[in-house]
Amino acid sequence: MYTCSDLKKGLKLMIDGEPHVIAGFDFTKPGKGQALYKCKLRNMITGALFDRTYRSGESFEPAPLEERDMQYLYQDETGYVFMDNKSFEQISLTEETLGDDRYFLVDNMEVKILMFGDMGIGITLPNFVTLRVTMAEPWVKGDTAAGNNKPATVETGYNLQVPSFVDEGILIQIDTRTGEYVTRVKE
Amino acid sequence: MTDPNWGLLKKKHRLNERARMMLTIRAFFVENGFLEVDTPYRIPCNAPEAHIDPVTSSDQVLHTSPELCMKRLLAAGYERIFQLCHCWRADERGTRHLSEFTMLEWYRSHADYTDLMDDCEQLLRALCPVRTLSYQGTSISLHEPFERLQLAEAFKRYAPMTFAEAIAKECFDEIYTQHIEPNLGQQRPTFITHFPAEMAALARLCPEDPDYAERFELYIAGMELANAFSELNDPLEQRQRFVAEQALREQMGKAPSFLPEPFLQELEHLPPSAGIALGIDRLIMILTDSATIDEVVAFTPEML
Repeated sequence: MYTCSDLKKGLKLMIDGEPHVIAGFDFTKPGKGQALYKCKLRNMITGALFDRTYRSGESFEPAPLEERDMQYLYQDETGYVFMDNKSFEQISLTEETLGDDRYFLVDNMEVKILMFGDMGIGITLPNFVTLRVTMAEPWVKGDTAAGNNKPATVETGYNLQVPSFVDEGILIQIDTRTGEYVTRVKE
Repeated sequence: MTDPNWGLLKKKHRLNERARMMLTIRAFFVENGFLEVDTPYRIPCNAPEAHIDPVTSSDQVLHTSPELCMKRLLAAGYERIFQLCHCWRADERGTRHLSEFTMLEWYRSHADYTDLMDDCEQLLRALCPVRTLSYQGTSISLHEPFERLQLAEAFKRYAPMTFAEAIAKECFDEIYTQHIEPNLGQQRPTFITHFPAEMAALARLCPEDPDYAERFELYIAGMELANAFSELNDPLEQRQRFVAEQALREQMGKAPSFLPEPFLQELEHLPPSAGIALGIDRLIMILTDSATIDEVVAFTPEML
């Protein structure tokens, strides 16, 4: 069983017999009051989103999910197709199921697919992915202020903030858990 | 192979601002005749509170607030003192919470909680001389006196039930955080006043109406920044309230802590006084228009 202090973004719980993932989380505590745990929950089967606030002392049943090692193959009209490394069985996940994670998929990437029975309902990516910058404002000469950001787009269509010294065409590393820029990668 | 840590470097502007604000705060208090003090972080016990848990350190605990030592200084005859220090509260982490955070506390003897309201107004204006704050798209004016709103009135204005109903249904904290807090301090900062006596373990009761404690909380842009009160200085009543908080903690299955005896013994010498605790990280969030507490500290626990 989980307690309130285990709650965090990405944790999977059983609620009313169905698996749910915490899509958004915040801890709040009014003045001298008790701790409250605000969760935005997504039903992993229906995709429905809703808010729920828990108090310390409550407990939660972990969702009985099996993780299977798979490889990302391609995208087609059914969605994003993955293949089980052992059985070679193929399954397809929809755009809604993947959310922003779809931007971090690279051909042949090894991922873990979360299974609820024989239904694929989620994905665990490697923590870091390397992608090429396809669009970024040019670096303004003289802009040497440390910590300056600018918008950029990577090959998968994902938009993010990068340091001003990141040029179009280079490879960057992105943290798939936060979606944020980490560092440039030398080729 | 890789670049320097960008996550740290991109905070440089806010960390510069933070350092500048800390200097302004120190200058403000020194100019107003306050003595800066530095009390131990590691202590035998904190003031027992039902919903605040200390972090243990060897056979002692880290302070959850420097209040006990600071009030002992007041009782010894120091009249105006302030402290900027780190405090620790176990298992508190959110967009506005860090388990290790920075606190500003100041105390005035021969004063009450309304004097601290004046201090808050002047301190904010010293930190923001243009007297208009912009936080996440909302403009907040520091020109006028801050709003003073009684807790029960805030319920009438913003909540789907009255204060008494929320207490009876045991959902005060939920209603307060969900319906009331987000509305507070939006046009100008708000002081919430008239907390019931049972919601203020170390506060003096209003002489004209002992159902209420002389306590206020300061809100800006929906964020609780500070908690203040006229200090209780009756050692017997203070002991009873500590014992009651301890009993609550035991009911919740929390580890028992002993009572801060030197504090209780010296409390009889405490002149009429008022004290306030203000969360510095949140203040810096407001002043630098930062959405999360992570943006105003160099390192979050997750980065260590």
